[in-house]
Amino acid sequence: MKIRSQVGMVLNLDKCIGCHTCSITCKNVWTSREGVEYAWFNNVETKPGIGYPKEWENQDKWHGGWKRSDNGSIRPRIGGKFRVLANIFANPDLPAIDDYYEPFDFDYQHLHTAPLGDHQPTARPRSLISGKRMEKIDWGPNWEEILGSEFEHRSKDKNFDEVQKEIYGQYENTFMMYLPRLCEHCLNPACVASCPSGAIYKREEDGIVLIDQDKCRGWRMCVSGCPYKKIYFNWKSGKSEKCIFCYPRVESGMPTVCAETCVGRIRYLGVLLYDADKIAEVASVASDQDLYERQLEIFLDPNDPQVIEQALKDGVPLSVIEAAQKSPVYKLACDWKLALPLHPEYRTLPMVWYVPPLSPIQHATQEGFIGMDGVIPDVESLRIPVKYLANMLTAGDERPVLLALRRLLAMRAYKRSEQVENQKDLEVLEKVGLTEAQVQEMYRYLAIADYEDRYVIPTAHREEAMSDAFAERSGCGFTFGDGCHGSSDYNMFGGKKSNGREKIKMIQIQE
Amino acid sequence: MTINILLFGVFPYVAMVIAVLGAWARFDMAQYTWKAQSSQMLRTKNMRVASNLFHIGVIFILFGHFVGLLTPEVIYHHFISTQAKQLLAMVSGGFFGILCFIGLTMLIYRRLVDERVRANTTVSDMLVLIMLWLQLTLGLLSIVVSTHHLDGSVMVQLANWAQSIVSLAPLKAAAYVESVHIIYKLHILLGLSLLVVFPFTRLVHIVSAPIWYFGRRYQVVRQKQQA
Repeated sequence: MKIRSQVGMVLNLDKCIGCHTCSITCKNVWTSREGVEYAWFNNVETKPGIGYPKEWENQDKWHGGWKRSDNGSIRPRIGGKFRVLANIFANPDLPAIDDYYEPFDFDYQHLHTAPLGDHQPTARPRSLISGKRMEKIDWGPNWEEILGSEFEHRSKDKNFDEVQKEIYGQYENTFMMYLPRLCEHCLNPACVASCPSGAIYKREEDGIVLIDQDKCRGWRMCVSGCPYKKIYFNWKSGKSEKCIFCYPRVESGMPTVCAETCVGRIRYLGVLLYDADKIAEVASVASDQDLYERQLEIFLDPNDPQVIEQALKDGVPLSVIEAAQKSPVYKLACDWKLALPLHPEYRTLPMVWYVPPLSPIQHATQEGFIGMDGVIPDVESLRIPVKYLANMLTAGDERPVLLALRRLLAMRAYKRSEQVENQKDLEVLEKVGLTEAQVQEMYRYLAIADYEDRYVIPTAHREEAMSDAFAERSGCGFTFGDGCHGSSDYNMFGGKKSNGREKIKMIQIQE
Repeated sequence: MTINILLFGVFPYVAMVIAVLGAWARFDMAQYTWKAQSSQMLRTKNMRVASNLFHIGVIFILFGHFVGLLTPEVIYHHFISTQAKQLLAMVSGGFFGILCFIGLTMLIYRRLVDERVRANTTVSDMLVLIMLWLQLTLGLLSIVVSTHHLDGSVMVQLANWAQSIVSLAPLKAAAYVESVHIIYKLHILLGLSLLVVFPFTRLVHIVSAPIWYFGRRYQVVRQKQQA
């Protein structure tokens, strides 16, 4: 057993209102630069839809994630090492800018300078790549917003597999949900595996996956390797970039920008302790549908004395273990089994999980046509087909999704009985296997969702990794890799290196 | 000192020193700029054909030059005669040269005609492409010139030049190429000029060919060092 810690995230889709505040604040902080205008480290998609970039979930098309071979081993779906290098000159699995959208700005100045005329002047779009006029903008990070575009087009959504999708094109049966997406900071990242330069790495202490901008050579295999298409090639700098999980904030105990600014309070950040030795075994289990359950096995109970002892031995600081004991992510994913991973079948063991959304119960229920399961409505009669959610969150296995939805409904029924009828309906809890204490806590975390409950992030103790804090003084801080004073250990002109940033040494451990 | 010694005896060392020191300085001080600078995502069309033809061609030619010029006669005579070696060089070099030529011409066309790619083309990108195209053309022309002397004598002279350069005998080296056809001379000079521009352009990505990817495990984890 080798215990590591990771700051994971859970998004409660039941409360997402699709306001895009997360996307905008993230964009303003991290990607409002030339070359990544088109890149959204966080974007919110309306499902069903093919998303951004187009059809990102269709791995028959993009070949992202891992593939299990008959001998039980896994390799990136884009190919083994030889095929990756053979495709280095022209990557056949690389989305083009048009699959995302051509970045543009509007000719606002024209509104000021247009000559007097019969018509209002307009600000028309202009490409930020070529500078040329664009007649039409035809895709974006939320193009299918609230079911925009035709059903025929949207229904190419891979989550419709094995769903009789035609009826959902009819107005009366239509359904939708929001899916905010960011880098999953996977336990078994396919981007890391497909990087020929070895520039992408996972941090041992908080699990954040980063691209070393100095070491990246722009071979762009990571873009194809990532099944979530959450690595973006900066067409200006020639290097790949990705969500950095706001690591400078997380290190100092603050939530990521997307989480901090979420007006619906849908995001949770917390520490998970996991057994790094089990990753390879779990990622290569035979059945796709076992991946969710098996991934839960990797996570360790932070209250187990044996786990604590081993964690301390493996160098996990006590503050991190204490944070893990209070982790909302552990509660949602492991205790209550409400949160589920996004597309576990990609075998990347993602670490951003989702609570499936409840949806309006069809009118028919009130008419008495659709069954009630005791006091709670039958989950099957929810507007969003369970199979659709299962395809998205559990590789098609409906049971975990049903359990999560029933638990959400049971919590509501219980609270209603407690608060309105003044008598506790314990029967409804029993049916979904929850205790009263659990459901009260669930209510606190899901409905009240206080800041302190949602975000339990230990500071990274950067100061301890620094042998001489004084030397940080006048350091060069963050640069776009022009490196201030060079990046090797030797100064080619013989001087002493005084680059503050280099004081924090990283050791690369090859797994 | 004649111009011949300056160009073929001294310039090679100047070019090599610039290439090595320039690349070292760039790697050390501005590694963020060390990259392949792919423009594939801006326009995928024809990229698979053009880029693969160019790269496969140029890699073969580059290795061919190293092996062909630097293998001493006494060694390759165990396997092949001088005449046969010249023929082999002409045929294989010609074949891959043409592949490379087609690819490179397509890439230049794309860079000039496609508005997205053109808008993101720097002077240095264009310089490299044009230099490579001229160098390739000179190389292909030299095959035509070589048909006039199939005995391998000129090839031996050129190999002697290269071997003298690497064995630090500049005067001897310059003397070897004094009498060769102007096409060869231009080809050598442009080749050395490519070495000069190497550290300042995207050409640096050549030395980053990630062959050690084969040797590493899939996952990479970095640990913060405890003080």
